[in-house]
Amino acid sequence: MNLLKISWKYLTFRPLSTGLNVFLLALGLAIITMLLLVQDQFEKKMNQDAEGIDLVVGAKGSPLQLILSSVYHIDFPTGNIKMEEAARLSRNRLVKNIIPLALGDNYEGFRIVGTNHDYLGLYGAEYSAGKAWELPFEVVLGAEVAAKAQLKVGDEFASSHGISVGSHEHDQHNFVVSGILSPKGNVVDRLVLTSIESVWYTHDEGGEEAEEAADSLASGADASVLMESGDSGHDHEERFHHPVAKTGFPPSDDTRELTSLLLQYRNPMAAIQLPRMINSATSMQAASPSFEMSRLFELLGVGVSLLQGLALVLIVVAGLGIFIALYNSLRERKYDLAILRALGASRFQLLALIFLEGLMLTFLGALLGIGLGHVFLWLLVNQSEQDMVAAIQPWIFLRQELWILIYALGVGVVASVIPAWSAYQTSIAKQLTKA
Amino acid sequence: MLLETSTLSYAHPGQRAISFPELSVDAGEALLVLGRSGSGKTTLLNLLAGLLTPLSGEVRLGGEKLSSLSGQAMDLFRGKNIGIVFQKPHLIAALNVRQNLELAHFFGKKKGQDTTQLLAELGIEGKANSSVLTLSEGEAQRVSIARALANSPKLILADEPTSSLDDENTEKVIQLLKAQAAKIGAALVIVTHDQRVKNQIPNFIEVKAA
Repeated sequence: MNLLKISWKYLTFRPLSTGLNVFLLALGLAIITMLLLVQDQFEKKMNQDAEGIDLVVGAKGSPLQLILSSVYHIDFPTGNIKMEEAARLSRNRLVKNIIPLALGDNYEGFRIVGTNHDYLGLYGAEYSAGKAWELPFEVVLGAEVAAKAQLKVGDEFASSHGISVGSHEHDQHNFVVSGILSPKGNVVDRLVLTSIESVWYTHDEGGEEAEEAADSLASGADASVLMESGDSGHDHEERFHHPVAKTGFPPSDDTRELTSLLLQYRNPMAAIQLPRMINSATSMQAASPSFEMSRLFELLGVGVSLLQGLALVLIVVAGLGIFIALYNSLRERKYDLAILRALGASRFQLLALIFLEGLMLTFLGALLGIGLGHVFLWLLVNQSEQDMVAAIQPWIFLRQELWILIYALGVGVVASVIPAWSAYQTSIAKQLTKA
Repeated sequence: MLLETSTLSYAHPGQRAISFPELSVDAGEALLVLGRSGSGKTTLLNLLAGLLTPLSGEVRLGGEKLSSLSGQAMDLFRGKNIGIVFQKPHLIAALNVRQNLELAHFFGKKKGQDTTQLLAELGIEGKANSSVLTLSEGEAQRVSIARALANSPKLILADEPTSSLDDENTEKVIQLLKAQAAKIGAALVIVTHDQRVKNQIPNFIEVKAA
């Protein structure tokens, strides 16, 4: 027998009231846990994926859409830009480096990104098998793609047009897996990377059918290609075996298009001059990832504060519930407390008894709440088809969760102060004679 | 003498002081405190238990002056040396029978008597693991006696232990208290207005509100 056991017996003696209070507190804390986890991982992911990218240049449209499509690969691209114009921009002395992107196709829902080897360098990609692409139609798979599609080095597959599953397939020429990346926990895990030439040539073939050419142009969302359709099959065959450009823009005699450019500034001055120059002097637009993302978070912030408010209300209600439960039970238990004193318990032991009850309640609530928070998030992630949400890890435990525990115990202490004090004050003789 | 008082008096707030007759009880002896309702019998019991501090005079138990102990020391001294049987059983409902007895061991910081054996002596060993809510009144009374005896105290105080019992059970309970007190060498003080008890315990003092 000890104080802890006595408190526990008192708690389990009123399972309904105890259970309700624990559950209320747990709900509030679960919401906070979930918000913490999502916020932490979202921000970390957002920053990680945008690292090293100062500016994104693409077709005019929504800047947020441009960032989402070119950096995070979630929204639709804004359209295409002329390579000539892009190449002119790359010669600007304020530009340190430019990585071209050609988007517009997918394989089983995973986006195919035409780019150069600089993109691999940008994300510090490492290979778990194979090597980077050298020839057209060679691709490097992100870890998640390889795992989900069960592809290995040397396997072939056909891409689909558009950025979502279900569009028609480009079956004229298959892609060959040349390498598989090791998992990094960033956006590259979910991408199929290849050369820009691969994306061009895929669409060249499709372009031979007038219908498809019109289709791709109308969609405006893919790296559709303008070229003379007079080329012979022999011509195709030969250029398919030339190594592709590993850096910069691929050489081309034709008028080619790209989807967007990832740009690094040479100096701080560029941050001031470049975006303005691009937006006013070219037919392209420039968008800053950090600026657009903070704008997005601001928009989401309203919803987050609303949830936080709700969680806070739940916790306050739970705190009040615990207070009322302790206070009420104390009125019934004044006689019990007097008996305990008569058996030799000191005032401090009674004080500790009540505090222990409050703390135990909130400790249970906190554990349950943190657990529920993770389970809720796990359910959310499992239900979601959205790439961004699906990439959240529900079973990561943060240090802030320890603060949730401490916070909950604080609620327990505050809720127990008045009942504990009144237990401390109980006069035994008066209590025992009263009955 | 194990238990002695001298010139003991106490005043309830806003009331005249009550003076109590001197009393002394030796180990293994029993004493009745008789008096009408409201005469201050229970006040005397509370003074003897150290639950109230006297206005004047002193209570000595085993050579220790109760009023010299304060706060926590008094609580612990009471837990170790004084067992109280209340008018009603007042068991802790959240705990079972055995745990109610262990409570005395825990708060008295004493190993005390073996609970199984004690319950057996009182004829309720079969109820050791029952909830106290399932006990009959007589059983509950016996558990509360067992709880008072759990730490083998030097002094057993009983406050109207027989007020709700029939003749037969009254005799049983008094015999039980006497036997147990004699066995552990404790002084037994029973506060009552029940004349039936007088037949079994010849020693008595009377408290009269002055």
